[in-house]
Parts: sequence; C-alpha cells; structure tokens
Amino acid sequence: MPVLIFLDQSDNTIKKTTPEVITYGAKLAAQLGITAEGILLGTVSSDIAALGKYGVTKIHHVNDEKLNHPDGQVYTQIIAQAVDAIGAKVIVFSNNLHGKAIAPRLAAKLKAGLVSGAVALPDMSNGFVVKKTVFSGKAFANISVNTGIKIISVNPNAFQAEASGGAAEVVPFNATINAAKTKVVSVNKIKGEIPLSEAERVVSAGRGLKGPENWKMIEELASVLHAATACSRAVADAGWRPHHEHVGQTGLAIAPNLYMAIAISGAIQHLAGVNRSKVIVVINKDPEAPFFKAADYGIVGDAFEVVPKLIEAAKAL
Amino acid sequence: MKILVCISKTPDTTAKIAFTDNNTKFAEAGVQWIINPYDEWYALVRAIELKEKDPSVVIHLITVGTADVEPIIRKALALGGDEAFRVNASSHDSFFISSQIAEIAKQGNYDLIFTGKETIDYNSSSVGGMVAELLDLPYISLATKFELNGATATVTREIEGGEEVVEASLPLVVSCQKGMAEQRIPNMKGIMGARTKPLKVSDPVNAEAPTSIISFETPPPKAGVKLIPADNPAELIRLLREEAKVI
Ligand SMILES: Cc1cc2nc3c(=O)[nH]c(=O)nc-3n(C[C@H](O)[C@H](O)[C@H](O)COP(=O)(O)OP(=O)(O)OC[C@H]3O[C@@H](n4cnc5c(N)ncnc54)[C@H](O)[C@@H]3O)c2cc1C
Ligand SMILES: Nc1ncnc2c1ncn2[C@@H]1O[C@H](COP(=O)(O)O)[C@@H](O)[C@H]1O
Repeated sequence: MPVLIFLDQSDNTIKKTTPEVITYGAKLAAQLGITAEGILLGTVSSDIAALGKYGVTKIHHVNDEKLNHPDGQVYTQIIAQAVDAIGAKVIVFSNNLHGKAIAPRLAAKLKAGLVSGAVALPDMSNGFVVKKTVFSGKAFANISVNTGIKIISVNPNAFQAEASGGAAEVVPFNATINAAKTKVVSVNKIKGEIPLSEAERVVSAGRGLKGPENWKMIEELASVLHAATACSRAVADAGWRPHHEHVGQTGLAIAPNLYMAIAISGAIQHLAGVNRSKVIVVINKDPEAPFFKAADYGIVGDAFEVVPKLIEAAKAL
Repeated sequence: MKILVCISKTPDTTAKIAFTDNNTKFAEAGVQWIINPYDEWYALVRAIELKEKDPSVVIHLITVGTADVEPIIRKALALGGDEAFRVNASSHDSFFISSQIAEIAKQGNYDLIFTGKETIDYNSSSVGGMVAELLDLPYISLATKFELNGATATVTREIEGGEEVVEASLPLVVSCQKGMAEQRIPNMKGIMGARTKPLKVSDPVNAEAPTSIISFETPPPKAGVKLIPADNPAELIRLLREEAKVI
C-alpha cells in the first residue's frame, strides 16, 4: 500500500518540480509508515534511479516513447492501472500544468478525493486533512479527504526538495496503452528564457515604465539575477510585453523565492498572482503605492535611476 | 453544433477575504458577486464568437448553485447564452460539481464543453478534467486559443516555458484562459432578452462529495517592509544575498 508519486517529465528531462513532490511523498509515506514509489511514463535521458535520493524507493517505469507527450486521458488510464497493481492509497502530483491535466481525471476515475494546490503535509490527527491555498493565495483552506484512495497535488515551490536516500530500484511497468485522442501538432518553447512558471526569481515591471522600449534594463537585471521576466496586466494589455508574462488574478499565479516588482502599483488583482512569493521587493517612486504593504524590502525611488544601479551592484556580486 | 459553458459565481476580485463561524465559513456580508472571470471573459465569450461565425451554434450554460446564483447566470445569458441550467445544490467539492455537470451534459449531447481555467475562490482547476473523465472525452486544459474546422478543433495551450498546438475531434472538453477571447460588456438588448430566456432548475443527482472543507486560515501578516535608501541599491542586493538568501 505505498504512496505513489507521479514523476513528471517533458522533453526527456525530469521536471524541476519532481524532486519537490518526491520529497513530499516520501515524508507522507513516512508519516503513514509505508513506502514511497514513483511512476514515470515516457523515455528519459537522465539517470532515473538517482531520483531515489529524494526518498522514492521504487520507480515503475513505462519506457515507451509514445508517452513522451502526456495525453491526459491515456496517462490517467495507465496511472490507474498502476494504482490498482500496486495498491496505492495516496497518489501525489505536482500542481503544475501536467498535474492539472491529469490529477482531476484520475480522481474522477478512481472516485478519489482530490486536494489540488496543497502547501503542507496532511494532518492526520483527526482524519486526513490537507491545507491548500484558496482565494488566489489570500487564504488557506483545510480540506478533509474522506475516500479510501486520496490524491494530492502539491503547489510548485511550496515544498523544498531534500536529498537524503540512495538510488531507487527501477522496474518496468507493463501497461495497456491506448491511442491518444489528441495530437500535438507543434510545440513552441520560448528559447533562452527561464520559464516563468518554474523560475525561482522573477523581475517584473509595470506601467510606470512608460513604454516597451524601457524594458532593456528589466531584461538585463533579470539576466544578472538569473531571473525570469514578468509584467502587470496593464502592460500586457497595452501590448508592451507578451501575454505569457502577465501575472495576477487573470494571468499566471507564481510563487518564486524572489519577486521584484518595479513600477507596479500593487493592485489587489496583481497581488493575487504573486502573494505566495517568499520574498517580495518593491521599487516605486510613490511611497503610498499599495504594493509596499505586501513587500519585504522596498526602495522609494525612480526606476530609471534605481534599476541601472541595481544591475551594477548585482554584477559586482 | 451545441456548446455547454460552465459558469460559476465568485466574489469580486477586490472583495475582502475574511471568515466567520470560527473560521469555517467565508464572510459573505457586503461581498459583490461576479461571474468567475475565466468563465465569463474567455469560455463564454469564445462560445459567443463561435456562434457569431456560425449562427446554427447553440449555447447552453450550466451552473451548480443555489438560487442566489441566478443574477450571475442571467448576466451570462445577457452576454449571449441561449438557455441555462441550474442544478440546485451548494458544494465546493469538484467531484460533486462535476458529476452534476456531467449529468446535464449527457442529456444534451454537446459537441463542446467549455470551462474556465479555475475558479478564483477555490482555485481547484479540476472541474474540466473531471467532467471529461466522467464523459470519457478528451480534455484540453488551459487553452489560450481555440479554432474549429468542421469537427476538428485546433487548440493552443500553455505548457511550461511556451505553448503547444493540439488537435482533437469533437466532442471535447476545454478549459479556457487569457488569450481565448476579449472581455465584453452586455448591451441593453442582451439584458432585456436575458429575462425571458429559459433557465431550467433541477435537483442534483446523487453523488458523494469525497472532500469537505474543515476550516479556513488567513496567512500571517507580513512583518512590514524594510526600506532601503534610493541612492544605495547595492544595500538591497547585499540584503537579498546575505539576509534573505534568495540571490
Ligand atoms: C477583474 C480584474 C482582473 C485583473 N487581473 C489582473 C492581473 O491578473 N494582473 C494585473 O497585474 N492586473 C490585473 N488587473 C488590473 C489591476 O487592477 C491594475 O489595473 C493593474 O495591475 C495596474 O498595472 P500597473 O501597476 O502596471 O499600472 P499602474 O496602476 O498604472 O501603476 C504604475 C505604478 O508605477 C509607478 N511609477 C510610475 N513611474 C515610475 C518610475 N519612474 N519609477 C518607479 N515607479 C514609477 C507609479 O507610482 C504606480 O504605482 C485586473 C483588474 C480587474 C478589474
Ligand atoms: N459550481 C459550478 N457550476 C458550474 N461550473 C463550475 C462550478 N464550479 C466550477 N465550475 C467550472 O469549472 C471551472 C474550474 O473550476 P475549479 O475546478 O473549481 O477551479 C470554472 O472556471 C467553471 O467553468
């Protein structure tokens, strides 16, 4: 009756969130006094067994390149077969894009209670209660899962990966693989940039920058800090920056370790997408800008003067 | 062609988030309710655009909620749905809600089911996938563009670090986000017309709720901002490295 962890991959590479969810699943398994096992679908070029160091003892691998591109329906069928074969009681996903496409399907198929967006290990002092974010990060809810099989999808960056164990045993899993009903016709990855959803540091700017031509310094600051770039909705709507950079209530919700907001007022809808960031830095020329209330560090000043100096200081590190 | 659009009710994006009854209930006093932005701006408006291109398209709306969601569903009808269903139940469990939607969907034989990316209050991002599984249909999540060519849909969706284009045959479930369409404002004709459009109320089918909300918590307040003088940004960089340890 192990905990089963979905080991997410794309482009033959294990995803950055995977060590986080393995750590979560392994701690959960320790709480329950059972083992943590993983399921991996598709071919991967790196050493799979090495994932054992995050606490997974056995990895069930369907080593078939037809599965390199996740189709939610096909993946759900295979994971359900694995759950059945190994008698898994709790299944753990990352609440990333793949997790969002697969975990709910699996929950419906297995009639299992699902908590999506978990931020803590379950409290088992009275049932099985998992804390998740609600109201776009403005609050948490404690959700009781009342079914025999339980599914948890863990928010990216809510849980730190911890290496402790050794190598995992990798065993092939023989699954019935149905043909996918969806077909990927093209993939367009933005080259050279750090994907915003996975970035540990984000440099973001708002309408106070006055025009798209002023983003050079933002890109440069992001580059020296190894950060992704983001923007407010006002900026994306004005066409100054691409839509995928828009963060907030109606854009992407992110939770990096560092979020630096430059010339963004800090409207409540903007905060809703960034308030789970660990450290927030605000640079705004208006000392009354609402963003300062949500900030850990701040500079009241003109971005056009402050940002070039920040770049210099960061380069000197 | 028949499209079913899933509509949910959420607090206005500026609503104060607080709880009552020993932190077990959301404090509704004074809260303005809106159509969940993803459902309205993207799912519903994209359906309306498809109907504008092909007038034979029929748009049905579904909401699972008690009588107090009716102003919301009327507003959605004013924007452009043809008729609406309300399943009279109150639940925040995605499986319960999805079971109700799947039941209505089975009766209506829809070619397309649109949901929003997520509800901005419970943020589950689950209903679309669950409905798809219950109906054994493909599900394309987090779509930013949707085009139809006969019975084949071409959908652009977000992936980590970019986007991909996926093709699938109808019927299909799609969850919608920014990029799908542009926000619209209902006009007078729509508002008047919505009053007489059919809104059918039914009782929920039996479905267990595998989860329940025990309590809410609000995050501890921030300690307060540490201000660094504007003429010394190097100090900020030092603090981020040595104190916050994030760079
Ligand atoms: C339903 C709904 C959903 C929304 N969703 C989102 C969302 O997802 N994301 C989002 O971002 N917004 C969202 N909004 C919009 C939001 O309310 C704000 O309008 C928007 O965030 C403002 O963007 P901004 O801070 O860049 O611009 P502004 O509000 O114009 O602020 C510009 C800031 O720059 C400062 N500034 C100006 N010049 C300088 C300078 N030289 N140096 C330093 N600072 C300077 C100003 O003091 C000001 O604080 C939503 C709104 C609604 C109604
Ligand atoms: N009570 C409901 N009634 C109808 N549709 C809903 C309801 N709750 C959620 N949905 C739909 O499912 C989407 C995702 O919601 P969720 O999974 O709760 O984040 C929403 O954007 C709506 O389109």
